[in-house]
Amino acid sequence: MANAAEIATAAARADVRNRWWLAAPALAIVLLAAIGPLVVVVLYSFMVKGDYGDVKYWQFSLDGWFSVIFERDVFDDTLKLADAHLTILWRSVKLSVITTLVTLLLGFPVAYFIATCDRRWRDFWLFMITLPFWTNLLIRTFAIQEVFRNEGVLNSALLWLGAIKRPLQIMFTDLGILLGMAYVYLPLMVLPLYASLERFDFRFAEAAADLYASNFKVLRRIIIPMVRPGIIAGSILVFIPSLGAYVTPRLLGGGRSLMLGNLIELQFGQGRNWPLGSALSITLTGGVMLALLVYVRAASKSGSGHHG
Amino acid sequence: MRSLVTAAASIFALLHIGTANAEGVLNIFNWGNYTSPELIKKFEEKYNVKVTITDFDSNDTALAKTRQGGNDFDIVVPTSTFVKIWIDEGLLLETRPDQMENFKNVDPRWVNVDFDPGRHYTVPWQWGTTGMLVNTSVYSGDPNTSAIFLDPPAELQGKLSVLPEMGDILTLAIYYEGGTDACTSDKNILRKVRDRLVAARPKWLSLDYPSLEKYTAGDFDAGVNWGGASMRVRLENPHFVYGYPKEGYPIWMDNVAVLKTAPNVENAKLFQNFVMDPENAALISAYARYANGIAGSEKFMPEEMKNAPEIVVPAEFLDKGRFTPACPPEVNEMYTKIWTEVLK
Amino acid sequence: MARRYSVRRQRGFTSIALLCFALLYLPIATMVVFAFNAGTTVGALEGVSLRWFATAWNNDRVIEATIRSLTVAPIAALVATVAATMAALATTRTASYRGLAFKVAFINQPLMVPEIVTAVALLVVFSRIKVWTGYTGIGYLIAAHIAFCIPFAFLPIRARLETMDLSLERAAADLYATPWMVFRRVTFPLLWPAILAGFMLAFVVSLDDVVITEFIKSAGQETLPTYMLGQLRRTVTPEMNAISTMFLALSIAVVTLFFFLSRKKD
Repeated sequence: MANAAEIATAAARADVRNRWWLAAPALAIVLLAAIGPLVVVVLYSFMVKGDYGDVKYWQFSLDGWFSVIFERDVFDDTLKLADAHLTILWRSVKLSVITTLVTLLLGFPVAYFIATCDRRWRDFWLFMITLPFWTNLLIRTFAIQEVFRNEGVLNSALLWLGAIKRPLQIMFTDLGILLGMAYVYLPLMVLPLYASLERFDFRFAEAAADLYASNFKVLRRIIIPMVRPGIIAGSILVFIPSLGAYVTPRLLGGGRSLMLGNLIELQFGQGRNWPLGSALSITLTGGVMLALLVYVRAASKSGSGHHG
Repeated sequence: MRSLVTAAASIFALLHIGTANAEGVLNIFNWGNYTSPELIKKFEEKYNVKVTITDFDSNDTALAKTRQGGNDFDIVVPTSTFVKIWIDEGLLLETRPDQMENFKNVDPRWVNVDFDPGRHYTVPWQWGTTGMLVNTSVYSGDPNTSAIFLDPPAELQGKLSVLPEMGDILTLAIYYEGGTDACTSDKNILRKVRDRLVAARPKWLSLDYPSLEKYTAGDFDAGVNWGGASMRVRLENPHFVYGYPKEGYPIWMDNVAVLKTAPNVENAKLFQNFVMDPENAALISAYARYANGIAGSEKFMPEEMKNAPEIVVPAEFLDKGRFTPACPPEVNEMYTKIWTEVLK
Repeated sequence: MARRYSVRRQRGFTSIALLCFALLYLPIATMVVFAFNAGTTVGALEGVSLRWFATAWNNDRVIEATIRSLTVAPIAALVATVAATMAALATTRTASYRGLAFKVAFINQPLMVPEIVTAVALLVVFSRIKVWTGYTGIGYLIAAHIAFCIPFAFLPIRARLETMDLSLERAAADLYATPWMVFRRVTFPLLWPAILAGFMLAFVVSLDDVVITEFIKSAGQETLPTYMLGQLRRTVTPEMNAISTMFLALSIAVVTLFFFLSRKKD
């Protein structure tokens, strides 16, 4: 018995060793090319803004952070909440949540379809999902414009069918942004969902069906809970990039209403206020990080108990 | 076949990195889709130099990148508004184009410019105006006013495209509200400008760089646009006219400058001299469709450009155009706030 | 044989999936159609011609940019996938420990920051290194691409590992298989679909990146997306559609070949 205990401690030690060296390359790359730069951004947010972009090095200032939430009115110099920033934040969060929901509702059936089709065809369908995305984002967005435009494919078809009398204005609206982002981010939802679903053991479903559960009940009570990690991964992959999205809102929304990504870009570009841009992005990053930590905690607690 | 060879050569070039310091190279950092391939080929053949072109998409990006350094660029092409910043920050090399052989060709109008008096640093590349593009079959009123987008007539509401250039748009609005200084800090005027823009924005359809066919296909019936781009639209659809706002409109000029950190200074100077040759300047214009500021280049220009009202500013509007200077930081900060307010 | 009742069938799922595929390919079809436009715009069709293919084929800058994109993306995706797989193993095949959630968040961090911010920060850091070392090559681009590709590969792989039953790996370990053997013979084959999914995601994400590349590219390091960004302010011609169509045709050809070869083996 003593022997078994020894083996157990040795295994535990190996476990600790493994969890570090296996993760080391990813951690190192992320540290160098993502965390390091983030530190730069944090430093920048505390410096005085340069006259024409950039910052004045090592001159400390809280102005950047201050103007995330408050602003001095241009005209009467009174201090007030930066409601422009809050409005933009709210719009971005709203659109991103809806985008995530839409991609989930559409992506789940797609992933399910791929995961349950004949094994030999799975790679084919998987490839079909990614293929449109081998076409560059800008080209794809232009192509979507061609579909949505007043004289575009969609409106022409609907007019021809007599479903509508006048072309629908989709381009340059929030609906346009939403549809465009759902299109662009769909594979980011489908692939993680597929990776989880493909693993799903349908004997569980059969067992439930034997107990007279309807297919829908099987889906709701068994399949969805078991592929939850995939749903979480997909939602993260869609939600976060759409929160910072920049190209799609600009091209499909016509850039008339700023999104968070555009607001930050404005500060680093024409606005020439890098500290404010830095502070805005750290606020965004911090918020998302926090949400993610809570999410991962909750998810691994309610996990299927595979660990140890 | 040639492309196959190019492809192979490029793979080879990718493996051999850091050759940029070798002799016979020139690295140009310019606006995208702005550099005539013919011009480059001619330069490469004449001086036996291999030219690379790298694009930027905004003055601010170009400035930020160059300031950080380490990119091997020799030539950069900043807009008039920014040239003074580049000079003041010590980024440009004083190459004295005014002493170069071809300098005699520069139109005297463009020699003593505010941003580079006497041309000690820069050489004209192209210049143009920002004005109104209007479809006369939809709206037959006067196109020569900023009211087109600031107080749009009923026919044009919801069919307007506005350039996403904070500086240009605010400048047009300031002139429209009676201001004369594009960098004004006069709060009475700025308040009117803000109110005007906030009221006008819901009547715009898009705030992005418009592609030509969105005008010709009828998505947009009017908008704020550049002269050269407007000419292209007019050539496709003759109903479009380009208006010069009588309240005042911005003139801009992009200029060829050499960076202080340039690895290939001699080639860069050769290039500055090269583009001041009328025949070469005409190549630039023929490709990117703007005037170039080199006297005598007209006769080498494509026929449709010689008398285009979008490019050759009609005499009556000449004095309404003004160069926009780089606004001081505190003014720019106010502008950014107003801009965010308008677009929130 | 009558169609057997299957618990796998969910009402409407197949129709939704097929509809999604149709919608997914509608813009792509539009893009391909305009590649053959005889006119100069991507808006109005004026007859069929191959002129834009010729234009693209003779445009050295486009060819160079395409090659550069096709060099950076596979390298970045491959390295990112390998690193992500290892990290996914390290964060699932282990007893739960303090800091696990933190480590996961850490690896996902590149995803958290808006692209423009990473771009500006990398510009500042890389420029210093470029000036110090004098090396201005394509390595910086690849390094940056690897970093932002990692979470895209990591998330699907880890998601699958989490739902994967441990019993087979345990059984193998009990039979004295070395950890590497367990991975090679048991974990890897089971994990393969997720690895493939992760790689494809990373590849696509790298191929698509505009903002970060725009900020850190040195002289002559244009990729296809940044080249296209440069066109955006001015007129967009069907040339880009032609390039994308060729690209699409090439990838279909390669994958079809791969598909049939691997089928024959089965």
